[in-house]
Amino acid sequence: MEPVTSATPTPDLRVRIGGLTLRNPVCTASGTFGYGREFASLVDLNRLGAIIVKGISLLPRPGNPPPRIFETACGMLNAIGLENVGVERFISEKLPWLRQVTTPVIVNILGDSIDDYARLAGRLATVEGISALEVNISCPNVKKGGVAFGTVPEMAAAVTTAVRQATALPVIVKLSPNVTDITVIARAVADAGADGLSLINTLLGMAIDVRTRRPRLANVVGGLSGPAIKPVALRMVWQVAKVVSIPVIGIGGITTSEDALEFLVAGATAIQVGTANFYQPTATEEIVDGLTAYLQERELTSIGQVIGSLQVD
Amino acid sequence: MSEFQEKSPVLTREQLTADVVRLTLHCPRIAAAAKPGQFVMVRAGETLDPLLRRPFSIHKVTAEGGLAVLFKVIGKGTRLLATAAPGSSLDVIGPLGRGFYPDKTGPHCLIGGGMGIAPLYFLAHQLLAAGSSHANPPVLLGAQTQAELMLLAQEFTELGYPVLTATDDGSLGHQGFVTDLLDALLTEVRQVYVCGPLPMMRTVAAKCRGAGVACQVSLETHMACGLGACLGCTFPASSGGYRHVCKDGPVFSAEEVAWSR
Repeated sequence: MEPVTSATPTPDLRVRIGGLTLRNPVCTASGTFGYGREFASLVDLNRLGAIIVKGISLLPRPGNPPPRIFETACGMLNAIGLENVGVERFISEKLPWLRQVTTPVIVNILGDSIDDYARLAGRLATVEGISALEVNISCPNVKKGGVAFGTVPEMAAAVTTAVRQATALPVIVKLSPNVTDITVIARAVADAGADGLSLINTLLGMAIDVRTRRPRLANVVGGLSGPAIKPVALRMVWQVAKVVSIPVIGIGGITTSEDALEFLVAGATAIQVGTANFYQPTATEEIVDGLTAYLQERELTSIGQVIGSLQVD
Repeated sequence: MSEFQEKSPVLTREQLTADVVRLTLHCPRIAAAAKPGQFVMVRAGETLDPLLRRPFSIHKVTAEGGLAVLFKVIGKGTRLLATAAPGSSLDVIGPLGRGFYPDKTGPHCLIGGGMGIAPLYFLAHQLLAAGSSHANPPVLLGAQTQAELMLLAQEFTELGYPVLTATDDGSLGHQGFVTDLLDALLTEVRQVYVCGPLPMMRTVAAKCRGAGVACQVSLETHMACGLGACLGCTFPASSGGYRHVCKDGPVFSAEEVAWSR
């Protein structure tokens, strides 16, 4: 008897973002996966494409008062308020454990001013164990009256330039969907030197308790995430991927490999799993398996054959 | 600390009242690791609505790998879970969080209100198994009506604990708050363990502080992950800032909670 061997070789799932090669396109979205360790007993972290950790600011932030989250139809609202341990404690307390994981670690950074972003990027530039930066530009610019960096093309570009100049690491900029035309912001950020774009961050929303006539979140408004936003995210990824030449990372309600494939077909080079980590911690691994099976069933050898393959008549 | 995700067959489904259900699930790894006061996250159904898992304190565990949760139907998730039939399976993650610190140095008092009674049964069971030899004052149990309390009170009695009850409508025991029953007992105890509605726990915490008695409270909030990742389950801490119910708790010293904020 001949040993039974697989008819199709294992397909190549590797993708590139700037100078960084990921073993597969499946990443964890910032703010939904803690600092990785929180999921270590449920998920094989070494099977992921990249771990994008909870957003880090220069100083620790306590976050917003409760209630901070509320479930909505096929989604959830959150107003966590960017609670985090700050860059120094991240480096001393969180990063050492992550260095034993073979998966690239991408650090999400956030600030109140362009100078904050530059200082964060500079501080992280030479720290061992960081493969790239993801810049959250959905935060308010304190010096410009609290307007979110990500809603004004010039401000988004200025943040990108400042981070670009402060580090040699690949720079990914995470775009807010709460804009009239996301392609304008995307182009401004790409022209300013970003190596990749990730989109979308949460959609601004709210919910009300009609018995008390009070908002469900103490912050009144919050970010909507989960499967409810997937069609919006997919549309924006498709629009942006058409107009920029840098890789796009798709985010928004991805739970299954079919969801992930939609984003890849629409033009995303990689994807991030966010809210699904909460209700299905193994979603990322299941998506990796599902992508492999999809390619094998079609006798495709590389995920590159799927990316941007949308057929429009 | 390690948590597990198990596809857990429903062993039994008990309807305690029109809207209170107890499910016993077979999740041997979670049950074996569970400590009183810890909780599990249970997926309600397999569709995306309801989306998030629901947190439940661990009510009982058995040597055969059974784990019971006790809940009232209050929304979409619990309504769906209440229909889980024996033979079907639920997706369970646990055990999660930090449970009660069992103080065996003196007499203790357990106070449960409504579904907050659930984790106290597991705790009572463990305190007895650990050979807590002190003559303990009664367990205090409160609920809206007799129907909700009958079986649970009987089970504490069968464990060997005296039980005092309070109901809103006076259908069983004292009519009024279960916290009314605490005053007479405070001089006899070293440690109070309480779980129930927030106003009830606030009252118990205040009474314990007044009497110089240690008090552990088990808090409940909305939770998205239960793993310390979403940072959604915060409450204000007495030391300033916030604590997270899922990782720092759900059991806290009453002194850690900023009750007035």
